Amino acid sequence: MNVTVLLFASYAESLGKTSLVMPLNTGDTVGDVVSRIRSLPGAGTLPVEPLVAVNERYAKRDRVLAAGDEVAIIPPVAGG
Amino acid sequence: MRSALVDRPIDAADLLGEIARNANGATVLFVGTVRETNQGRAVSGMEYTAYRSMAECEMAEILREASQRFATKDIVLEHRLGTLRLGEASVAIAVAHPHRGLAYEASRYIIEQLKKRVPIWKLEHYIDGTREWVGAGNVNPEPIAVHRPEVVTEERRAVRKAEIR
Repeated sequence: MNVTVLLFASYAESLGKTSLVMPLNTGDTVGDVVSRIRSLPGAGTLPVEPLVAVNERYAKRDRVLAAGDEVAIIPPVAGG
Repeated sequence: MRSALVDRPIDAADLLGEIARNANGATVLFVGTVRETNQGRAVSGMEYTAYRSMAECEMAEILREASQRFATKDIVLEHRLGTLRLGEASVAIAVAHPHRGLAYEASRYIIEQLKKRVPIWKLEHYIDGTREWVGAGNVNPEPIAVHRPEVVTEERRAVRKAEIR
């Protein structure tokens, strides 16, 4: 069981990649995935609670993930 | 209504033409452009990137909300991605409405929501050769949760009607 994690802008630069596939355990939440990403090399710039979108919608930290979900870690947005 | 991410220059006149209807008495055009300084630093250009699929969904959702709140379907929003020079338009919003009050309000609502919610990022390039992701220093400025369009009550509608007279 896996989820795809997408990284953008400053986060993609820090971690040196724009996406990664992460194994998922039953019951894992957005917060669990974020914690694992924060332990990767280069993830020092990621805040403890970054904005996250699951399948293109903003999601809360306690959202339980399902296999195949697309989890995007969203840096502070700066459109306009 | 139409919203789009574009990889070419924005033509504001095209946007105005798209929403022109005789039923409308007011058209508001907002154009955001690349400014030559930011927080005291001399800017040479700007690079915009996005989480495209989600950004398109959020932009469409913002227009749906604006349409409901301000009672017009004559709205068009374009945001440009890629590398922009000083003075070039990064975003344009055109809103037409029978009356000016709601056209102004809708335009303001759309740009403020876009800046809050739409996953677009800009990498600012400075004259001194350095570059920086805009906003990357502010960690999670305010939580973005679920957005529920405000229900326009009859009372509020009446207030608005009074305002635009």
